[in-house]
Amino acid sequence: MNQRSTEGMTLIVKSIGRLVINFIILFGVYIILYGHITPGGGFPGGVIVATAFILIMLAYGRETALRKFGDMTASLLDNFGAISFLIIALLGFVGGYFFINFISLGTPFDLFSAGTMPLSNIAIGLKVAASLYAVFVALAIFGKIIVHRPPAEEEGTTEGQSQ
Amino acid sequence: MIVYLLTTFLFVLGLYCLVAKKNIIKKVVGVITMEYAVNLFLILVGYKQGGIAPILSKGMSKTEFVAHAVDPLPQALVLTSIVIGLGTTALMVALCIRLYERYGTFDMTEIRRLRG
Amino acid sequence: MNPVLPLFIAVPLGTAFLILILAKLWRRIGSPLAFLATLCLVIFAISLIGRQPGIYRMGNWAPPWGIVLVSDGLSTLLLLTISIIAFLAIIFSVRYMDRYTSKPKFFALFMLMVGGMNGVVLTGDFFNLFVFLEIASLASYALVAFGCEHEELEASFKYLILSGVASTFLLLGIAITYSLTGSLNMADVARTVGQMTSNSAVLFATALFIMGFGLKAALVPFHPWLPDAHPAAPAPISAMLSGVLIKALGVYTLMRLIFNVFGLSPFISSVLMVLGGLSMVVGGLLAIGQDDLKRLLAYSSISQIGYVVAGIALGTPLGILGGLFHLINHATFKSLLFLSSGAIEYGTETRKLSRMGGLSRNMPVSTTSAAVGFLSISGIPPLNGFWSKLIIVIALIQAKQYILATVAVLVSFLTILYFMRVQRNLFFGDVPAGLSKTKEVPYLMRVSLVVLALMCLAMGLFYPYLSGAILDPARDALLEGTAYIQKVFGI
Repeated sequence: MNQRSTEGMTLIVKSIGRLVINFIILFGVYIILYGHITPGGGFPGGVIVATAFILIMLAYGRETALRKFGDMTASLLDNFGAISFLIIALLGFVGGYFFINFISLGTPFDLFSAGTMPLSNIAIGLKVAASLYAVFVALAIFGKIIVHRPPAEEEGTTEGQSQ
Repeated sequence: MIVYLLTTFLFVLGLYCLVAKKNIIKKVVGVITMEYAVNLFLILVGYKQGGIAPILSKGMSKTEFVAHAVDPLPQALVLTSIVIGLGTTALMVALCIRLYERYGTFDMTEIRRLRG
Repeated sequence: MNPVLPLFIAVPLGTAFLILILAKLWRRIGSPLAFLATLCLVIFAISLIGRQPGIYRMGNWAPPWGIVLVSDGLSTLLLLTISIIAFLAIIFSVRYMDRYTSKPKFFALFMLMVGGMNGVVLTGDFFNLFVFLEIASLASYALVAFGCEHEELEASFKYLILSGVASTFLLLGIAITYSLTGSLNMADVARTVGQMTSNSAVLFATALFIMGFGLKAALVPFHPWLPDAHPAAPAPISAMLSGVLIKALGVYTLMRLIFNVFGLSPFISSVLMVLGGLSMVVGGLLAIGQDDLKRLLAYSSISQIGYVVAGIALGTPLGILGGLFHLINHATFKSLLFLSSGAIEYGTETRKLSRMGGLSRNMPVSTTSAAVGFLSISGIPPLNGFWSKLIIVIALIQAKQYILATVAVLVSFLTILYFMRVQRNLFFGDVPAGLSKTKEVPYLMRVSLVVLALMCLAMGLFYPYLSGAILDPARDALLEGTAYIQKVFGI
């Protein structure tokens, strides 16, 4: 990531960003994976991971961020997360009911316990991170907004209605 | 009791902002404030005086936990509601940007082609 | 335990995300997948006719701790309507949406809307209802703005803000209900509210629900979003919005909560009848002077929903039967009218009635099916609109609501008036200069129009079979009131 280009923010923001982004992603993944033991889970963890990528876009500019994580990748990961959540729910039919917890529950307070809950958390975390980043890309992709004004209204015809 | 009144005050403040301001971005902020006021009300419904957070940790006895913990169900509902609010906000902001691209203004009194 | 019930929600949602992934490889996969999914939904819905009411426990958690999906006569009626209208709208939109960009996203949003509506109709839990309501509403906001022209964006913004405020009021009502009863399951709330002495907080929650769901159903005075949003949307989406969305999200939820959960008191019944009467009059009067064809159809939707709400809010068996029959009739002929207005717009590139004339020479199929729709909505025998309006008026007279019955008959004359004016512009007169080269619309669009017109005729002629199979179970599900609790807890 180029530190001397004029896109993005100042040099201080770029240097600290380079140090901190990896830790933000790690923290977000921790909140997703431990969602069944500590507060958190799929959605807050996904938001934190998305924040890391938004920080890249804010600090380094749109082109760099799109090279690291393009909008096509974001859209594909988003839909893949949603489909995997739906597949976990449909696999519950193996245990007899829709959405039932069919893997063995294990002992409480362990990392590998609570059946399908960590898998659902990972799917939701992936979906939320990718979709929040995709929303941000869709809003930022305009660049300079060019205004196309509406055509002028016609006079003389019955344009307005009577009440 | 006083916290419910303050939540209602926040709700009415959001409603005032939605009705009285002409800039569509300010109207969007009004709708967001209203949604968050209702989320706050929903969490406060589950509050218990002198309660602890509803997280069961190792070594805590279950009867004591059930007796003291605040209600965890409204917290789960509010989490879902915040996600819904996020989706609605994203759609509102995207519509505002598209409206600016088409009409050239953020002023609601000039975006009035549909009448009657 | 009926295992097909969660598939009503899983199939549309899965199809939506599958379309978005596969569209990166092959762009035209949207329409075949959507067609297959709605065909599956129609087959599932038909398999539910005649079955005993059943529940499905999600994840085998017993109520009131878990979420249950409840299917009784009313849910079956709505599911059938949603599936059939969605299937025909998808067939129409395969060629109609060629004029817009990004067809895969259209089909994905459409399937999300259908999945959300199925979830609203099936669920037995308050917050689950709110979540599915929001899914269907968000998909519809994006679909109304799909063309990204000036008027579509303004209409979608107005719809979004008003409907967002209504959802906030709904969440407040759900919060108050939870704080009173301590549970979110509809049957459990019904049991607790039934044992409480009359409480003003329950009345406040009911008022909030009437405001929230009344806005989704476009009752007067919550109607101003509808005349802007329904014309601005693409024609198959207008058909879905006006045909099923305002009924599944607005009328169904209002009736389910007021009859089965809170119990119908005379005060609520009179409030809803006043709102229904106001909707009939305001919708009818404002439709007379309209120049835009789709805006006229939108105002007439407000008027007909007034009939449905006034009929069901009576509370008598005949009134509920009339209201429900008018609900499915309105779904059929209003989607027929909106789809044919889309066909006319596809052929002539205009929606203004003052610029049309004598179209039946160049576009025979579209104008004939539009004529069948106009005759149905005006209440001409033996088409279906006549029977349902007759039953509602008889029920109003039997319940001694003479003012409302007179209003209903007068508004019916108003309906004939403005639709005769539209038919004059469409059929008679000379073809204007710019429209002499219009051709008939493509084959797939004509299929939907003809099927809907035949359905209008069949529902009018074969009313006894229809009533015995689907309308009577729905009416009994609403009439038995709080015996809904037995369905959920008894099994």
